[in-house]
Order: sequence, then structure tokens, then C-alpha cells
Amino acid sequence: MGTLLDVRNLRTQFFTQDGVVRAVNGMSYTLDEGETLGIVGESGSGKSVGVMSLIRLIPTPPGKIVDGEVLFENRDLLKASDSEIRSIRGNKISMIFQDPMTSLNPVLTIGRQISEALELHLGMDKQQARARTVELLELVGIPSAADRIDDYPHQFSGGMRQRAMIAMGLSCNPQLLIADEPTTALDVTIQAQIVDLVKRLREEIGMAIIWITHDLGVVAGLADRVIVMYAGMIVEEAPVRELYGNPRHPYTLGLLGSLPRLDEERPEELKSIEGLPPDLINYPKGCPFYARCTYRLDKCLEAAPPLESVGVGHRAACYVDVTMAQPTTEHPYQDV
Amino acid sequence: MSTNGNGQDQALVSINNLKMYFPITQGIIFQRHVGDIKAVDGVSFDIKRGETLGLVGESGCGKSTTGRAILQLYRPTDGSVRFEGTELTTLKGESLRKVRRHIQMIFQDPYASLNPRMTVGSIVGEPLEVHNILSGKARRERVRELLEIVGLNPYFINRYPHEFSGGQRQRIGVARALAVQPDFIVCDEPISALDVSIQAQVINLLERLQEEFGLTYLFIAHDLAVVRHISDRIAVMYLGKIVELTDRATLYREPLHPYTQALLSAVPIPDPIAEAEREKKRVILQGDVPSPANPPQGCNFCTRCPAKSRALKEKGIDCDVVEPEFREVESNHWVACHLY
Repeated sequence: MGTLLDVRNLRTQFFTQDGVVRAVNGMSYTLDEGETLGIVGESGSGKSVGVMSLIRLIPTPPGKIVDGEVLFENRDLLKASDSEIRSIRGNKISMIFQDPMTSLNPVLTIGRQISEALELHLGMDKQQARARTVELLELVGIPSAADRIDDYPHQFSGGMRQRAMIAMGLSCNPQLLIADEPTTALDVTIQAQIVDLVKRLREEIGMAIIWITHDLGVVAGLADRVIVMYAGMIVEEAPVRELYGNPRHPYTLGLLGSLPRLDEERPEELKSIEGLPPDLINYPKGCPFYARCTYRLDKCLEAAPPLESVGVGHRAACYVDVTMAQPTTEHPYQDV
Repeated sequence: MSTNGNGQDQALVSINNLKMYFPITQGIIFQRHVGDIKAVDGVSFDIKRGETLGLVGESGCGKSTTGRAILQLYRPTDGSVRFEGTELTTLKGESLRKVRRHIQMIFQDPYASLNPRMTVGSIVGEPLEVHNILSGKARRERVRELLEIVGLNPYFINRYPHEFSGGQRQRIGVARALAVQPDFIVCDEPISALDVSIQAQVINLLERLQEEFGLTYLFIAHDLAVVRHISDRIAVMYLGKIVELTDRATLYREPLHPYTQALLSAVPIPDPIAEAEREKKRVILQGDVPSPANPPQGCNFCTRCPAKSRALKEKGIDCDVVEPEFREVESNHWVACHLY
């Protein structure tokens, strides 16, 4: 399995009236061909901004990718020309978004939106593109595809719109599909349909996937490897079973402990994480999780811990070995 | 007549054949009533004092509408809502307001449910004002006490909602609901809009308050894992009707209705080993939910039910045509399905 994507020290910031929002603060990771990487984090963790930076979808201004390299096919996407990036987007690297109703163009038919990429990137003529579009809609499970191709997005249900988006994303046989919370807005039974579809397509087409979500359940069933983000930084990265079975960062530990599980025998009190994520404008000194961490030490306030290896393919950004240490405080969040 | 046999406990809230239809009209000058959106279509259940009844279902199933119809925020199209024996659907004005002191609501959207132009103190104190409870210094003290109870610094009493995070705003909503010491609280998706690490904080708070103040909850949500965690009994809704109702352990161990089975199968578990095992038994539903303006003639679930042919073969019933009855098929286990 070769390396498909190599992200080095990515930093993205937003320059606003209230100050500089440090959205992504030094993200480094690699992605292999055909691999599914799950990126989990809550709102403000930088997970969406991080992947949008890969293909330069950050609105500039007020945003700016201030540092880093994104190596794909022997070139740095951050330094590529506008036309080079446009030829890659939708073609070799495509992206699907959270709310298909707002990401699809409401005044164009579904067919037109899908065939657009085929004509542009693969040089098909209108007939070829139309035929291929019907194939794609059938591939993603849209019934009566040949009839529905001329429907508008509002004539599709939420689940079907997301399938249409997937068809669009896969139309040019990308090497990488980036999915930014694609099922968050969908009902759970529809989410199951979409995840099932993506798994089948993944087997057939073999593309790599970056799947962004806050849902640790979805990631458990889908990803090969998982990155956990907090305050614009990677705090932990591991193969999926290792992450859930042997979490090494206090945030990951806290997150997994705070989730009610469908298969729990007796409901016990959830171990919640006190407090709130930090202000990305007044970015805290030291480890960004310090204020909420029950394992913290004084040195955590001086400098943020680097992301280091704690096992095979397993990295964590923490000075403490949570498998051996005792918590140092019970109620870390002093100020409300 | 309530459909849930009670035994010893007197039901605090008793819903019988509740219906909430929203009319569909056509025409610009003369608005003709051409149909109805049957958001809630004949729902019956009891809630015992001190229990948490979970009401779960996907979007459009009518669960939020049910909660609002119970509190008379929507006036029901039909059916009965009894609170401590008093019929609510016929109450108006002053008499309704008096009962509302005992039944409160926590809303889903912490950004829309707080008046942005009122201070936190005024928001939490408003129910006290409406019901003429305490005044002046005593009221301010009570408000401070409520903020402390929900884990907020009473010092914030003069701040405005926009100065708080989503989780904190939700706590303000909880404080407001507690202000008049209600018996019954409808929690309408109280944590759906919150980040995962904050959800646990609010769930723990609600559980603690229930124990401390002897509260009864109707907990409405789409997240089955959360509902199962907090509820004693769970009702599953689909397209305006309850399809299954039983205690939390039985629902998970022995779901009878095919929709419940599919729903349980679809809920992801944050455990890759468990997920890999469940993969083989996954039930993936085909298609989408029918429109509530035009529900199927027979069973509401017939368009997607994987067990339909089994019902025809084993019971000789055509689910497309005949509507199933909501019946108690085992002790304290109610289902609306021809298979049983």
C-alpha cells in the first residue's frame, strides 16, 4: 500500500475582527492508498477546516493556510496553481458535504450536476456523460435512475440527495474521497443505508476515504485508522481497534467514557468531561486540554506535548501515560 | 380508557388516542381543506409518577409534536390528555395556566429557546412571575439557587444568553423549567444540539435532578443509545403512531416490531469489535418514510417492512391493507404488528 497523501505541519487561521482564529495548529499525518481514515472531533476541533485546507477550499480572506505542505502525487497541493488544483478537485480528490440540500445546486438537475464533472474532467461528450450518470445513480442505489436523472434536488429525499452527492463524488473514480460529516443530518436508518453503500463502493472502487464525524459509533464500524482532534491539533492517532481498546490521551479517554452505549447492561452515571473547549482566538498556552484534564501536571501548562509514538502505529500528544498514572485532580474546570 | 394497565401506581400523565392533524389547504382566494398532515395519529400511553418514559423515532415521526400536544402548546385535533386525572384538552385561559405550573418543557435548540433580550435572571425568573410565586428579594434568591442547582455560577444572573455556550444555555433552560417546581417535564431533544462531551454533562444533570426533586420525564429524542440510558420505559414511534412500548431492557433484548429491530440494528456502537460482529446481522431498510400527508392504508410500516411476506404466510394478513392493533402481547410489552 503506497502513501497517497502526506500532510505536514498544516496550519490554517482565520483573520477576523475579533482576532486571529487558530483553527488548525500543526496537523501532520499520512494516508495510504485504499485506506479509510476517520477524523473525529467536536465543533471547533478543526476537523472540517483541516480537510478543506487539503484542497484549498478555505475562503481567503478571511482564512489563510499559513504553513504546511500537502503532498499528493509528488507535488505540494498548497503550492499548486489554481488551474492545477481545479483539475484535481472533483477528479482525483473529491469531497462530499454534510447537508446535501445546501451543497447541491437547487436550480440544476441532478443529472446535470453529475455529468458536469464527467464532461470537465474526463472529457466525455453529453451523450456519454448522460449514460455514465445513469450508471452512477444506479450504482448508488437510486431507483428508476433513468427517470430520476432529470429531477431537481428538492424532488429527492435527504438520503437520496446524499446518494446523489456520493455519485457525484465518485464519478471520476477519485483516489481519495473526503466525506465531511455526510450522515450527521440524516436519520439513523438512512445513515445505515449510506454507510453500507460506502462500504460496498469502497470494495468495488478501492478509493481511500477520509471520513469526518463527531460520531464515535460510525467511525468504529467504518475506519481503518482514527485521528482524534482537539482545538486544531491531533491529540491521538491509532488503528481503530487500538484507539477504542487502548486510548492513551485523556480527551479520548473522556470522550469514550461519556458515551451512552446501546448495549450497556445497566445505566451507570456517564463520566462527563467538565468544562468547554478553549477559545481559538485566545489560544491557551501549553496543552489545549489542560483546563479539562484530570491527569494534568504543571509541565502541561508550560508547553504543549508533542505527538509521539506510544505503540505500533499509535501516537498521542500527552506527557502522561494514562494506563499507569492516577488522576491528579477530580474537578479540573475551576472557572465556570 | 387508558391502554396501559397500571397495577398499583397511579398514572401521572395519561394520553389516550391523541391526534394532531395539520390541515393542508389549496387555493389562493378560497382555501379548500384538501387533506391533513397526520403528524400524530392515535397515540396512547401512560406515564407513571417518577419514571422516565423515552419517546424515540426518526425525523417526522411525530414525537416532538406529541410532546407539544401533551402540554397543549398545540391544541390536539382529537384524543385526551389527563394530568393527575384532570383533562387538559378542554382547559383554557386561567385554569390551563394554573395546571401549567406542574408541567414544564425543556426545548431542543438552546439558541432559539432563550429570549436574547432578557438576562439569564429574567429568563429563569419569568415562570415565577407568570405564576405569582415569590417576589423581590425572595425571587432573586430562588433564581440564584436554581442557577446553582444546574451548575451555573449565580454571579451570571445579569448576563445575556449570547454570552454562554450551547451547553450552558441548555442548563439555563433546565433552570427555567425547574423554577416553579413542576411534577412533570417534557424534554424535547434536550441534547441533540450539543457537542458529545457536553451531552453527558446535561444527561447527568437531568438524572440527578430527577432523583433530588422526584421529577417525571417524557424524554423525546432520536438517539436510541441516549434514550435507552436515561429511560425506564421506551415508546418507539413511526409515522405518527407508536409501534412498540416496553421497558428499556426488554426493548433491547427482545424487540418485536420489525421497525424497532431495524432501528436497533442501525444505531452504531462505539466499539469496533462489536461493530464487526453486528455486521452480519445488520438490517438495512430500503426506501424512505412515506409522507404523513398520505400514510399507507394498512400498517404505516408496510412500505419498508422486511417481515411483510412472513405476516402473509404465517398469519394470512395483508399488511398493505389491514392496520395492526396496538396490543399488549406480553406483560408490559405493547406492539402494533400483525406478526403477534
